[in-house]
Amino acid sequence: MSEYNFAYLDEQTKRMIRRAILKGLAVPGYQVPFASREMPMPYGWGTGGVQVSAATLTPEDTFKVIDQGADDTTNAVSIRKFFENTAGVETTEETEKATVIQTRHRIPEAKLSEDQILVYQVPIPEPLRFLEPRETETRKMHSLEEYGLMHVKLYEDISQHGAISTSYAYPVKVSDRYVMEPSPIPKFDNPKLEMDAIQLFGAGREQRIYAVPPHTKVVSLDFEDYPFEATKADHPCDLCGAEDSYLDEVIMDDAGNRMFVCSDTDYCRSRCTAGHVGRLAEEGAA
Amino acid sequence: MIELRDVSKSFTLHNQGSAVIPVMEGASLKVAPGECVALTGASGAGKSTLMRVIYGNYLAASGQVLVAGLDVAQAEPREILALRRETLGYVSQFLRVVPRVPTLEVVAEPLLTIGCDKTEALDKAASLLARLNIPEGLWRLSPTTFSGGEQQRVNIARGFVHDYPALLIDEPTASLDAQNRETVLSLIEEANARGAAIVGIFHDVGARERVCDREINVSEFTPGVAA
Amino acid sequence: MTPLLQVKGIEKRYGARIGCTDVNFDLYPGEVMGIVGESGSGKSTLLNCMAGHLEPDAGQVVFDTRAGGPMDTVTMTEPERRMLGRTDWAFVHQHARDGLRMSVSAGGNIGERLMAVGDRHYGAIRDKAVDWLGRVEIDESRVDDRPTAFSGGMQQRLQIARNLVTGPRLVFMDEPTGGLDVSVQARLLDLLRGLVREMGLSAIIVTHDLAVVRLLADRLMVMKSGHVVEAGLTDQVLDDPQHGYTQLLVSSVLQV
Repeated sequence: MSEYNFAYLDEQTKRMIRRAILKGLAVPGYQVPFASREMPMPYGWGTGGVQVSAATLTPEDTFKVIDQGADDTTNAVSIRKFFENTAGVETTEETEKATVIQTRHRIPEAKLSEDQILVYQVPIPEPLRFLEPRETETRKMHSLEEYGLMHVKLYEDISQHGAISTSYAYPVKVSDRYVMEPSPIPKFDNPKLEMDAIQLFGAGREQRIYAVPPHTKVVSLDFEDYPFEATKADHPCDLCGAEDSYLDEVIMDDAGNRMFVCSDTDYCRSRCTAGHVGRLAEEGAA
Repeated sequence: MIELRDVSKSFTLHNQGSAVIPVMEGASLKVAPGECVALTGASGAGKSTLMRVIYGNYLAASGQVLVAGLDVAQAEPREILALRRETLGYVSQFLRVVPRVPTLEVVAEPLLTIGCDKTEALDKAASLLARLNIPEGLWRLSPTTFSGGEQQRVNIARGFVHDYPALLIDEPTASLDAQNRETVLSLIEEANARGAAIVGIFHDVGARERVCDREINVSEFTPGVAA
Repeated sequence: MTPLLQVKGIEKRYGARIGCTDVNFDLYPGEVMGIVGESGSGKSTLLNCMAGHLEPDAGQVVFDTRAGGPMDTVTMTEPERRMLGRTDWAFVHQHARDGLRMSVSAGGNIGERLMAVGDRHYGAIRDKAVDWLGRVEIDESRVDDRPTAFSGGMQQRLQIARNLVTGPRLVFMDEPTGGLDVSVQARLLDLLRGLVREMGLSAIIVTHDLAVVRLLADRLMVMKSGHVVEAGLTDQVLDDPQHGYTQLLVSSVLQV
C-alpha cells in the first residue's frame, strides 16, 4: 500500500475533484465538468464513481460498494479491493456501518443517514442526450430551463405503450431547477432520492460530476393524468419475504421456474438473520 | 367617390433599352355615388390601364387617384388592401383563384375576409350563384375546371357578393347569353340604386346605354394623339 | 395601429460580402409579406436575421410583444428570444426534416411546443395534436407514426401543425413549398391561406416562386444582391414592376 498515495489519486487531483463536488452541491443537479483521470480500470467500470470516492474518503471512513444492489459481484469486489489496497480503509458489506457507499444502479433499501455519502457511478450524465444529441444545445437548454423535450419522451412512452414505460433512468427535476439523470437506477428508487445523506454522481468518461445535497426536493417528471409510479415486481422476496424491496428475477431451471429475490443483498441477509422467511426458504426448511 | 386628378402613366422597359412608353396623360375624372360611368375608346386606348390605376394594380406616375378619400397612387399597401376589402370592388375578365377551393367559398371569400358570419356569407354566395345560373352541382367544385362563361359568372358573383361603395367592372357581359346578360345588368342597376359609384368597360353598346349615366372617352388621355 | 414587426436598417455582412443591407419595413397584424429574389439575393439571410437565427451586424427587429409592447429582438436576452421562438413566433423550414423531430411520433412533434410552454396533461396534449392533424389534413390514425413514414407533403403539413399549435402571431416561412410536386404545393398553399385567415396570422414568406406569393402574399419585397430593389402591393409589383430586375424576374416566368 505504501507505494500509492492515499486512495490512488495525487493530492492535486483530489483537490480538483473536491472543488467540482462542492460546486455540484452548491448547484444541485448541475453537471460540473472536471478533468477526469485515467484510472486502472476500463471506462464503464465505474471510473467516475471511483474518482469521486477517492476524493471523498478519509482514513477513518468505512467503505461499501454495491453493484445492482449486491456486494459480491465482480465489479463491487474489485473496487472494494482497490480501495483496501490503495487507501487502507476499512470495508464493510453492512449498509448501516458504511460512511461512504459507492453504488452502481441502485439505492440501498435501508434508510441512509446524514453521516453517510452515497457515490453513484454514472455512464451518461446528460438526460437530454437521446433527444438532442448536440452538447452545445443541451447545455443551452439546461441554462435556459427549456425542458419541454423531456416530456416529449414521456409522451412517446404513453402513446406507444399506454403508460410511461421508462422503468430506469427515469428523469427527475432537482430543487425545482435542473433536470437530472439519476444514473440508471430503477424508478422504484426515485422517491428515495430525497434523503438525509449526501449523494454524489461521477461520470468518468463524460468528465462530469453532479450532486444532490441532503433534504433536497427531487421530483420525478410526469403528466397530470399519468402520474409517476414507483413500480417493482409484484412479489415478496422468496428468501426473506420482504414486500417492500426491489426484486431481481432469477430463472432457476430449463422448466421456467423462477424466483424473486431482493436485489439489495445486505438487506436480504439482515432480514433472514432477523428470522424473516420467504417462500423458498420455507420449503428449504420444511 | 372616385376622382382622378391629372393622372399620368408610363411603362419603362428597363430590359429593352430603357424604352419609356407613355400610355396616359392628364387623366381627370370624377364619379359620384350612385353614378355609373362607361370608359370608351378604341382597343389599346388605355381603358383597362385606367381601371388598373384606379384599383392600385398599376402604379400611377403622377397625379392623384382618390377613392373614398384615399390617394391610391401614394397609399401604403395595407391601406390599399383595406380599401379593396371594404370599399372598392373589381370584376375583372379573368378569374384567379387558389386551386381546390370550392366555388361557393370562392364567391363568399370577400365577405369572409371582412369578418362576415360564415353561414350568412355562404347563403349570400349561394343566392348569387343561383341567380347567375351556375348549376348547384358545381358549387362544391373548384371553378378552375369550369368553362369560360361559367368562370366569368363566378367572377361576377364574387364581385357583387359584398356591397362595395365603389365598383370597377371590366366587360361584364362579354360571352354571356341573353338571360345571364340580363341578370348581370340588373345586378349593376341594383348596385347603382343602392348608391355605388361604378366605372365600367362595356363593348356591348346596348348594355352601356342601358346602365351608364355618361361616357368618358379615354382617347382624350392618350399621349401624342391630339384629341 | 402598432406594427407587429418593425425592421429597421438591417444589415448582415459575411466579411466584405454583403448578405443583406439597409432593409426597412413595417409588418402589420394580419399582413402576409413575400420576399422574392434569386438564389444568393440575401432573402434567406434576411429571414434568418429577423427570426433570430443570425445576428445582424446592424439594425433593429422590433416585435410588438404581448407582455411588454414593442421590443428589439436583436438586443433582447437569449431566453426572451427563445421564448418568443416557442410562443409568438413560428418558423417553417424549407426541408421538413430541419423543422421536425424525425424520431418522434407526429403527435409528439405537435405536442412539443405545448409541453415546452408547460402543458402537463397527456390527454389534453393528445387531443390538440389530433385536432391539428385534422386541420392540416392528416388522418388521425397517423398520430403515433413517425414522420419518416410520411410523404414529403405530409411532412411539410406536419411541420406547419407543429408550428401553429401554440397560436403564434408571426410565422416565418422559408420556401415552404420548395421541393414539393405541383399538386401537393396547391394543397399546401390552400391550407396556408385558410390558416392565415382563420388565425389572423402575420407571415413573412421567402420564396423564389412568384405564383406562391401571388396567392399568399399581400405585399411583396424584391431583393437583389442584398438590396431591396422594389416593394409594394403584390399584384402591383407583379403586374406593373418598376425596377429592371423585377421586370426581368416577372418576364422570366414560364406561362402554362
